[in-house]
Amino acid sequence: MSPSAGAHTGAPLQYPLLNVNLHYHAPACTTNILASPSTTTQKNVETIHRKTHMLNLTHKTKREAFDTTQPALDVHRLSAGYPGERYAIHEVSFKINAAERIAVIGPNGAGKSTLFKAIVGLIPFTMGHISIYGVDCHDSHGYVGYVPQQEAVDWSFPVSVYDVVMMGRTRHIGWFRWARQNDHERVRDLLDELNLTHLANRQIGELSGGQKRRVFIARALAQDTQVLLMDEPFTGVDTVAEQDIMDALDVLSAKGITLMLATHDMHKASQYFDRIMLMHRELLAIGTPDEVMQPDILSKAYGGGLRVFNTNGETMMIVDEHGCGD
Amino acid sequence: MPDLLNFFLEPLNYAFIQRGMLALILVGGVSAVIGCFVVVRGMAFFGDALAHTILPGVALSYTASGGNVGSNLFIGGLGAGIFSALVIAYLTRNERLKEDTAIAIVFVTMFALGIAIISTQGSYSVDLTHILFGSINGISPEDLTVMAVLSAIVLVVIGLLYKEFVVISFDLSLAHTLKLPVEALRLTLLVLIAIVIVASLQSVGIALMLALLITPAATARLLVKNLRKMIMLSAVVGIFSGITGFYVSYYLDIPSGASIVLTMSSVFAVAFIAQNLIRLRTSSAGAVA
Repeated sequence: MSPSAGAHTGAPLQYPLLNVNLHYHAPACTTNILASPSTTTQKNVETIHRKTHMLNLTHKTKREAFDTTQPALDVHRLSAGYPGERYAIHEVSFKINAAERIAVIGPNGAGKSTLFKAIVGLIPFTMGHISIYGVDCHDSHGYVGYVPQQEAVDWSFPVSVYDVVMMGRTRHIGWFRWARQNDHERVRDLLDELNLTHLANRQIGELSGGQKRRVFIARALAQDTQVLLMDEPFTGVDTVAEQDIMDALDVLSAKGITLMLATHDMHKASQYFDRIMLMHRELLAIGTPDEVMQPDILSKAYGGGLRVFNTNGETMMIVDEHGCGD
Repeated sequence: MPDLLNFFLEPLNYAFIQRGMLALILVGGVSAVIGCFVVVRGMAFFGDALAHTILPGVALSYTASGGNVGSNLFIGGLGAGIFSALVIAYLTRNERLKEDTAIAIVFVTMFALGIAIISTQGSYSVDLTHILFGSINGISPEDLTVMAVLSAIVLVVIGLLYKEFVVISFDLSLAHTLKLPVEALRLTLLVLIAIVIVASLQSVGIALMLALLITPAATARLLVKNLRKMIMLSAVVGIFSGITGFYVSYYLDIPSGASIVLTMSSVFAVAFIAQNLIRLRTSSAGAVA
């Protein structure tokens, strides 16, 4: 066992409550950590929750039955990236239960966005399998909502807050139709719930950072999203807006929506999320904040970019976002 | 007063001039509507290129009919336009070529091909002028009917697919999460643009077509912040410019394409200056407060 890896690498840990095991892979950028077995407990995990009773979603999108005993999101050996390039993510596997909150952390270029885009269906993946509540993702993308990075949105586009939230209803409204009374009611309710009613007619570029995120969260709710992926919602917003977003996340959690959020904010990741995923091309660790926020584990992703200080028994870690620069 | 009335009515004494005016109103309005999507999607270059790529199709119909400018041009033009749109879509898939590069290559190739075809005709320069700059004098009742039908098709399809077009224009990631057929919708939009270009061919010509797509929409964009209002205002600007351009063309004896475009540009300039004055006033008022 590697001395620097400490007690955690002794055996792959399993957390029955959360139905996970910690994965350990030796990352390309660090040399002092041994590759440890990662699959020995996989079977145990798979045997839990095998009973299936099918359930139809209440919203009448007909489509396929939807099995709530299955993990909300099950990603199996996923490799993805843009064609012709080296895989941005390689052999990523994990399971997330309904209503869990997962923070995805990792240095720039770790593949967080690629992972999200593959799950959402924005980029094709050649290897692996993704299912949502047991339904293959090619049939279930409709259940997955996505809040893109702020820079990816054309904020000058001539649409109002109300229009954007209504876009989430597109499939419910159906082909060749315009929104009906119940769609308008739904949008109004969601605007109310996310405290956006007074902004309904604003052009989206006229909003603050926190308001913009809330509009996209409302849109995902209008979609009847079961799993919501948010790409760096805290980037470029002030502390007031952060609180705003956190409140909106509570609305999501109260509805039982599963949440995956990419962030650079380690503090928020460990304070407000059930589990943390640490990525650097591969999935390096997934577990509770206490399990993942360990110097020896973080150093696998951040390498030399991670500095650890001990003051009065408290450990302080500083991370250089540019990672280990391989 | 009778003088003023006479000013507006006098040109309409002849049926062929009436048709010319109706044609300008029609293409001014419908181009302005689809032009809003061209503007919000940032496809100005594509619109210009597509207008030029229809030349070989038009030239083929033209030479095949022995130098006759009429509704026969619609079919050839539409075929060439849709073909070019498909080729561009094919070249840019997987991002192997940048879109503007692919558009430019198709644009110049098709345009050169068109010129080559027309040059086989004896009346080369007259024919080319006709097609490039348009003429409202030769519009037959059948041409006008075809234009009206094409315009109606475009407006109905936009009405039916409006929300989908907005989603693919605003946020592709949402379009994918909703599992919309993104490529099919994009192609439909391109085909609609091609139809509008072909419908406008006779009255404005290829060279100035882009203005009809861009200028009214850009004017409306300056003034309103909502796509539905933008489309309506754009259509108003388009129709107004069609009518004004018609009278300017009649009384100053300049080509209708040039007069409609210059009218549109003037409206845009007025809107731009007015908007800047308002902004200046509000910001200075804010500074004083």
